[in-house]
Amino acid sequence: MITLQFYKKLLAAEGDLDLEIALNIQKGELITLYGPSGVGKTSCLRILAGLMSPDRGHIKVDDTFWFDSDSKKNKSPQERNVGFLFQDYALFPNMTVRENLEFALKKGQNKGIITELIEVIELGDLQNRNPMTLSGGQKQRVALARALVHKPKILLLDEPLAALDYHIRQKLQTYIYKVHKEFSLTTLLISHDIGEIVKMSDRVIVLEHGKISKQDTPQVIFMSKQLSGKFQFTGDIVAIEKEEVVYVVTVLIHNSLIKVVADTSEVAEFTVGDKVVVASKAFNPILYKIE
Amino acid sequence: MLDWDPLILTFELALVTTVILLFISIPIAQWLVKTKSGIKPVIEALVSMPLVLPPTVLGFYFLVAFSPSNSFGAWLNEWLGIKLVFSFEGLVVASVIYSLPFMVQPIQSGLAALSPTLSEAAYVMGKSKITTLFRVLLPNIKKSLLTGIVLAFAHTIGEFGVVLMIGGNIPGKTKVASIAIYDEVEALNYEAANFYSLTLFAITFVILLTVYLINGGYLKRFRK
Repeated sequence: MITLQFYKKLLAAEGDLDLEIALNIQKGELITLYGPSGVGKTSCLRILAGLMSPDRGHIKVDDTFWFDSDSKKNKSPQERNVGFLFQDYALFPNMTVRENLEFALKKGQNKGIITELIEVIELGDLQNRNPMTLSGGQKQRVALARALVHKPKILLLDEPLAALDYHIRQKLQTYIYKVHKEFSLTTLLISHDIGEIVKMSDRVIVLEHGKISKQDTPQVIFMSKQLSGKFQFTGDIVAIEKEEVVYVVTVLIHNSLIKVVADTSEVAEFTVGDKVVVASKAFNPILYKIE
Repeated sequence: MLDWDPLILTFELALVTTVILLFISIPIAQWLVKTKSGIKPVIEALVSMPLVLPPTVLGFYFLVAFSPSNSFGAWLNEWLGIKLVFSFEGLVVASVIYSLPFMVQPIQSGLAALSPTLSEAAYVMGKSKITTLFRVLLPNIKKSLLTGIVLAFAHTIGEFGVVLMIGGNIPGKTKVASIAIYDEVEALNYEAANFYSLTLFAITFVILLTVYLINGGYLKRFRK
């Protein structure tokens, strides 16, 4: 069990932010931090990893304090034994893929874990490559494997999949889920992708202005809208155009653009960039097999 | 007839200076990159001073500070048995300070260009700062290290004012090539002056050319 209870003032270009978090995480949970950028999601992970120190509060993992402002205790990142997946992968360019993994071994640790990870995350063909020659998805797989070499109990993933295209992302979600279960990890993930969150996480923590505004299962958080709809998708408004008597709102859902007709009163509350739910009540959707 | 001593002495001085500089510049550069301290600009300014100050100014203050008639110079002489005025050791100390920016700046910009997540990733894996520095950071700034080493070396070869002020002109001890050239010209011995000059010209050209070839990626096999 992890208890986070801390405050930190974050200085950012858009103004200061008071990050105030109170959160309990159960062993084995997969939790997603969700919210607009600049609300302190990455800072939460960095604070848990020890890469950043809160101004006050405490972080307790099982029965030991990792940070406690009262007793001035602050474990270094080296002592915390967490796995961290950075947004920019952070692979060492001076080492091959295998060397990157071997570097992460603890002193005297059995090399068997490397063989195991290479197998689970299917890195066999990439072992001797230089990380700089890999594609984004491959780099991320290597980074995921490397983060697990020293057998952390907690895995922190900072928007690991944001830069990847749809298919690779799906594959990586599977890998992450697989290692989460296989190595019985407690995982914290930052994600903006609702589909991904619903698919993977046990609990969603919604952050707004540095504070937790909501937390529940993804189903409750994202699907509690008062709709009796047969189907619904979330997307972003990319354009609002006026045609004759109605407006046509273009919504981007994953990779598809969908045009929805709306009247003047409805359009009034939308602006380009809004996140919306596209739902249909009256029609029965038809499924076509494509793959 | 031609005396090789000044040239040998020059390269000896440049070599010793460069090795010492490499050891002290890495921590200085790393500190400058990492620190959020308010005195960072002061330290940066001090490190870069030799770039703009006339070498004679540095030489003059070294001379005053290290002189045995001065308390600091006397202390060094008495307690450590080091005489820094008109000696090879004195030249080394002066050269180290004089060439400091040429070593610190490339290393500093090399380290600053690395993503901070590289060292953070290593720390999270439980690696110490020293291990991270030697196994992750330095191997990824080889070009900057090479640039620093070569610039510091070449710059020490090209020293004149500082050496003249603090080292004087003692054959085999402090008479480096640049001094020897000045000396020979004064004595209207143009042939010897030309010999030293041409040697320095050729060697420094080759050194700098090598750096640009390597860092420009022309010599593929030297690249990692």
